[in-house]
Amino acid sequence: MTLVKTSYNRRSFLKTSAAAGGGLLIGFNWLVSCKPTPKQLLEMPEEWFNINSYIKIGNNGVTTIFSANPEIGQNVKTSMPMIVAEELDIDWKKVIVEQTNLNTEKYDRQLAGGSQSIRHGWQGLRMAGATGRRMLLEAAAKEWQVPVSELTTKNGTISHSSGKSAGYGEFAQAASQLSVPEEVELKDPKDFKIIGTPTKNVDGPKLVKGEPLFGLDYNKEGMLIAMIVHAPSFGMKPKSIDDSAVKGMAGIKDVFTIDSATPEGEEASWSETNAFHQLVVIVGNSTWEVMKAKKALKIEWEKVSSSENTVDQISKLDELITQKSDEPRRSDGNTDKAFKNAAKVIEKNYYAPFLAHNTMEPMNFFADVNANKAELVGPIQTPAELRSSVHKYTGIPEENIDVMMTRMGGGFGRRLYGNFGLEAALISKKVNAPVKLIYTREDDMTQGTYRPMYAMKYRAALDKNNKLIGFHVRAAGINSAPLFPDRYPAGTVDNYLAESHSLESNVSTGAWRAPSSNFVAYAEQSFLDEVAEAAGKDPIDFRLELFDRAMTDPVGENNDYDAERYAGVLKMVHEKSNWGEKKEGVYRGVSAYYCHNSYVAQVVDVALNNGEPQIQKIWCVVDCGVVVNPDGAINQVEGGIVDGIGHAMYSALTMTDGKPDQDNFNRYQLIRIKDTPFEIETHFVQNGIDPTGLGEPTLPPISAAVANAMYRAIGKRLTKQPFTQQLKEDVVEPA
Amino acid sequence: MAQFTLNINGKQQQVDVAEDTPLLWVLRDHIKLVGTKYGCGISQCGACTVHLDGTATRSCSIPVSAIGNKKVVTIEGLSKNGDHPVQKAWIEHDVAQCGYCQAGQIMSASALLDKNSNPSDEEIYSAMNGNICRCGTYLRIRSAIHSAASNMNA
Repeated sequence: MTLVKTSYNRRSFLKTSAAAGGGLLIGFNWLVSCKPTPKQLLEMPEEWFNINSYIKIGNNGVTTIFSANPEIGQNVKTSMPMIVAEELDIDWKKVIVEQTNLNTEKYDRQLAGGSQSIRHGWQGLRMAGATGRRMLLEAAAKEWQVPVSELTTKNGTISHSSGKSAGYGEFAQAASQLSVPEEVELKDPKDFKIIGTPTKNVDGPKLVKGEPLFGLDYNKEGMLIAMIVHAPSFGMKPKSIDDSAVKGMAGIKDVFTIDSATPEGEEASWSETNAFHQLVVIVGNSTWEVMKAKKALKIEWEKVSSSENTVDQISKLDELITQKSDEPRRSDGNTDKAFKNAAKVIEKNYYAPFLAHNTMEPMNFFADVNANKAELVGPIQTPAELRSSVHKYTGIPEENIDVMMTRMGGGFGRRLYGNFGLEAALISKKVNAPVKLIYTREDDMTQGTYRPMYAMKYRAALDKNNKLIGFHVRAAGINSAPLFPDRYPAGTVDNYLAESHSLESNVSTGAWRAPSSNFVAYAEQSFLDEVAEAAGKDPIDFRLELFDRAMTDPVGENNDYDAERYAGVLKMVHEKSNWGEKKEGVYRGVSAYYCHNSYVAQVVDVALNNGEPQIQKIWCVVDCGVVVNPDGAINQVEGGIVDGIGHAMYSALTMTDGKPDQDNFNRYQLIRIKDTPFEIETHFVQNGIDPTGLGEPTLPPISAAVANAMYRAIGKRLTKQPFTQQLKEDVVEPA
Repeated sequence: MAQFTLNINGKQQQVDVAEDTPLLWVLRDHIKLVGTKYGCGISQCGACTVHLDGTATRSCSIPVSAIGNKKVVTIEGLSKNGDHPVQKAWIEHDVAQCGYCQAGQIMSASALLDKNSNPSDEEIYSAMNGNICRCGTYLRIRSAIHSAASNMNA
């Protein structure tokens, strides 16, 4: 066991009131107010006792564990409480999980982003569980008049060496009166019983019955429905509105404009990041009535800034990657000289389009705002940031703003930017009534916050022995610079230069699942495949040689990866996929990437079906340290891979005169079941290292593994996403 | 506005709505059955799938005036206790990630199995290709449908 001081994250253990009162299944928040099943009702305790802000134990031993982080489909509502339950040492079957509201006094980092929930939560959640266990032990020791050291716990039962034993429920009241211990013992990971055991999604039974869990499902008596109309093109705003046809329409209450622009002189926060601040709003009784009114509304728009076209955006980025940067992001050795002395130089450019997030649940939020109080309910990855924005725009003190986080119908980064929550608050304030704002799919897809367009140039220099002596990367992106200067292969090459440029645009861009990594991994790992080929080396051996260098004699000091773990996933995928084995008609590609603190290597098998390349199977090896919930983890791995393949193959958002060319799924292609690879085989490295996240890391490398396998199948390097477009554009000769 | 009497999940329900109101919004806004989801409004994503006389139908694109006497079954009415073989298979395979599309997936899958008790992979692909899962849970969806089929045939 490890002894850990509880001072870390101590405010998480502040006790609220000792007895929380009975029947808390109803009343805590509406998300759990779905009728409990008869079985649950039988098990409900008569009284609950708060042990700390994560744990509430009933007099019969039934335990509620609070899930504080937003649930976006990454399954933290299951995996984070599992960590608490492990250290509390209880029977998972007796656990009820409840989503909390935003409470920055009680909880740290109530945010879903960067695959960080588990990594950041790990220590604190273990301590929350261990603290609870310790307090129950102390209560039992007092009651039985024995030393704590003679007591043991198992599955929610405390036993004494004399043979006496009782359930946690017996001591919950006494434990809730105790002060928080100064130190607690944490389990040895070898003794984990819940962590590492496949555990089903706690919301699964509700999801398959269609129970109201999502923001769009929220309803409050007297609630009105609101929709927005944003300008049809980036660079435009409303000039005049003719609502004469709308005002008399059935069910329509009001038409007006709101302005959510950040006050001058202030920095825009997450919830203000949006291209369209001046919005026309329609409020009415029901969704369909408001949708119809939206179509009848006549708005004149005016141009306030440039109208961009995708073709120009591409050529501007293309121009930028030919230009030297005055301030390189990293420079080791002398790259110019290395390229001058090279026996072989390999050079390639890579491109990727704008992508919309396209969460299946369109943006929406409920707000009930009055003079000095606000209630906000909905799907948000950054609830604290939304609260501070609402405070800024309404003047309502933060302590009077309640934010309730619903389950999210997908996020992928889009719900980091809570402009829709702020808009709902402004609308509710204006109409002085509870309002649910709903974006149509078209509103959602055409309003930006896109994954930026990217371009990247790579150059590699090989000496006459095919050793990599120089490496040069130059990146450019719209409103961003897709470059991680200290990531691999930095540290493995004596002469290394990394430069970047950003192209300013009025198209709003933002974080999209594995920001920048989703492109950099594709470009870098496709390019390294080409360099390995030019060097006459096996692509895995070539990468491993570079890792050897990083382990034995690294170049530079700020290399942002652990070469041993990186090489480890490659070695394991080599073994699991029988890399090197020749299979008739099967073409293989490999890729490996490190981002969001986790290491991933993938092998893809492609076969030709009537000359068409088809993905057959994928092997994926992940090193994310301890795997909390293996079943949920595999689901994340598979989802990241399917998502990565889908967007690399099919998806793009383009624009003409500032207007997005795609506004719904008839024009914007997403991967569907028939395009999904037949099989994904996942392996985790077992190393007992503290866990890191899984929501993002398997997505970035897969597009390169696919491109590299495709190259072997069709003899063509896929350098532009979406691949289907490039495959159509280029005449492809069989290899 | 007009009065419509609809047979929803075996119950007669009266609504007073404009006759072009899509069934989806009648269900969600007026009958407060919100398990059926809005995703695209143009029959492209399948999140709004319900059964209309047993056939998988996109409720976002059928007006209430076209329902007549047809029996509407939504995810809430697929089984009494969430124990339809497809629902059970979804739990067994822990299919959902965000879960938003899954009611539509389950309605498409259960309509498929009603007509074809032992679908091949190809038949699953063709019946399910209209349902988008943005989280990419398609492999589990396929496995769950096979499990449900074998449990129904057992």
